[in-house]
Amino acid sequence: MSESDAIDLTLWQLLFAYVFIVILWIIVRVKGIPREKLIIISTLRMTVQLILVGYLLMIVFEHPHPIVTIVIVLFMLGFAIYNVFKRANVIINISVKKTVAVAMVLGISISMIYFLFVVLQLDPWYNPQLFIPIGGMIIGNAMTGITLGVNQLLIGMREQKAKVEGALMLGATPKEASHSIINEAFDSAMLPTINSMVGMGIVFLPGMMTGQIIAGASPVSAVKYQIAIMLGVAGTVSITVIIFLHLAYKTFFNHRAQLQETKQND
Amino acid sequence: MLQVENLKVNAILEMDQVKIEANKVTCIIGKSGSGKSTFLRLLNQLTSPDEGNIYFKEQDITELDPIQLRRMITMVPQTPIIFPGTVRDNLLVGQTLSGMDPTTDSQLMQVLNRMFLNKSLDMPADDLSGGEKQRLALARAMLLSAEVFLLDEPSSALDNTTATEVIDAFTAFVKESNKTMVMITHDLQLAERIADATIDMNQYSLSLDRKEYSNE
Ligand SMILES: Nc1ncnc2c1ncn2[C@@H]1O[C@H](COP(=O)(O)OP(=O)(O)O)[C@@H](O)[C@H]1O
Ligand SMILES: [Mg+2]
Repeated sequence: MSESDAIDLTLWQLLFAYVFIVILWIIVRVKGIPREKLIIISTLRMTVQLILVGYLLMIVFEHPHPIVTIVIVLFMLGFAIYNVFKRANVIINISVKKTVAVAMVLGISISMIYFLFVVLQLDPWYNPQLFIPIGGMIIGNAMTGITLGVNQLLIGMREQKAKVEGALMLGATPKEASHSIINEAFDSAMLPTINSMVGMGIVFLPGMMTGQIIAGASPVSAVKYQIAIMLGVAGTVSITVIIFLHLAYKTFFNHRAQLQETKQND
Repeated sequence: MLQVENLKVNAILEMDQVKIEANKVTCIIGKSGSGKSTFLRLLNQLTSPDEGNIYFKEQDITELDPIQLRRMITMVPQTPIIFPGTVRDNLLVGQTLSGMDPTTDSQLMQVLNRMFLNKSLDMPADDLSGGEKQRLALARAMLLSAEVFLLDEPSSALDNTTATEVIDAFTAFVKESNKTMVMITHDLQLAERIADATIDMNQYSLSLDRKEYSNE
């Protein structure tokens, strides 16, 4: 994927793309839908954010440095953890939040180290051109998975309280009593990843592969990368979610193996 | 067998000294909301008291492993818990969860018959009626090696005739196997007939409206 093969848009071509937004803005205005401001703001944000990221990455790519690469990935990780707390549509208490953070840090580190050093074998290992986008993809997918897992676990623990206690009354350990809830949460966390593997290449061409092809890479080489990434993503999501669930179910029980009253905020 | 001392759950109940004898049937009576279920949950270690102690065979239960304790003192809640699967699955789940080896189908049929539940072991348990589920939960408890059975209004979903038959059968099982039974009931006649001892929760209740109580 040499630079010369890449198809670069001219500034004018790019400006023509904004016509879509102009049309949208006119429609919204004519129809009297009160979203004109939102459309302008989100278009501006998207443009400014991407331009900034583009220049930042350009600088980072031109001066590869291990610390800089790692700091960027850690920043993405921190933002992803924060996003899980924000996007979960249930209230998460502090002990569950801790387990989310631990699981994301552990799960993502383990799988990124394996993926980058054993599968991709980058040279140098911190090559930001691959390290950063691949880190972003892995972190993003883990974030989506764990958000679904958190939701399902908390809903399960709230709605199936009686069943959990029913199992405890029969002499179950907390783990056995929450077994089915843990499994349901794992399923719902993994489902999007599994589905996207099944539809891969037929229903849609994944973004990274499309990007590489547009940038002039051979489709076969893009596909090889994509397969490796998909496997890496599936692995990371499952490791992260498993670590999370096996730490998080415990926070619902106290040292006397009693189901704790769920505190809304602490 | 079980003994409580200065037990207190804030705003719900306060019991100075109550004993539950081994190999006896103890009935717990009292108004709705007086704290009967709360008391059973304390004995099963599903909740801890704010103050006071509970002793099982002279040993403070906070010194015992709660899971082992629940295997010795099991509880059947008022609303029966039915797990996914067949009647057989539901009978065996109790044994599995309490760490026992599963028994044979003929033994399973035996407990079902004792609870007057003439259903196939392969029937999906979810298709049972409310009363049948309650009897399934009682049959499941009978398969456990527990020494004490805590039953929270086991007859509440049963009609009078079935209730009498089922409770009598469970009582007979408890007596012949030298177990201890603690049962919540609002049926005073039933309590009078089968109980060796009775605990009236009204007198220990903090949750009942005081005025209402003194008018009784
Ligand atoms: N988890 C709980 N938190 C606060 N109050 C409770 C809780 N569980 C029960 N109560 C209250 O305790 C009182 C006794 O409840 P319960 O033991 O279920 O009574 P009973 O079984 O005699 O009808 C009721 O006033 C009930 O509202
Ligand atoms: Mg009750």
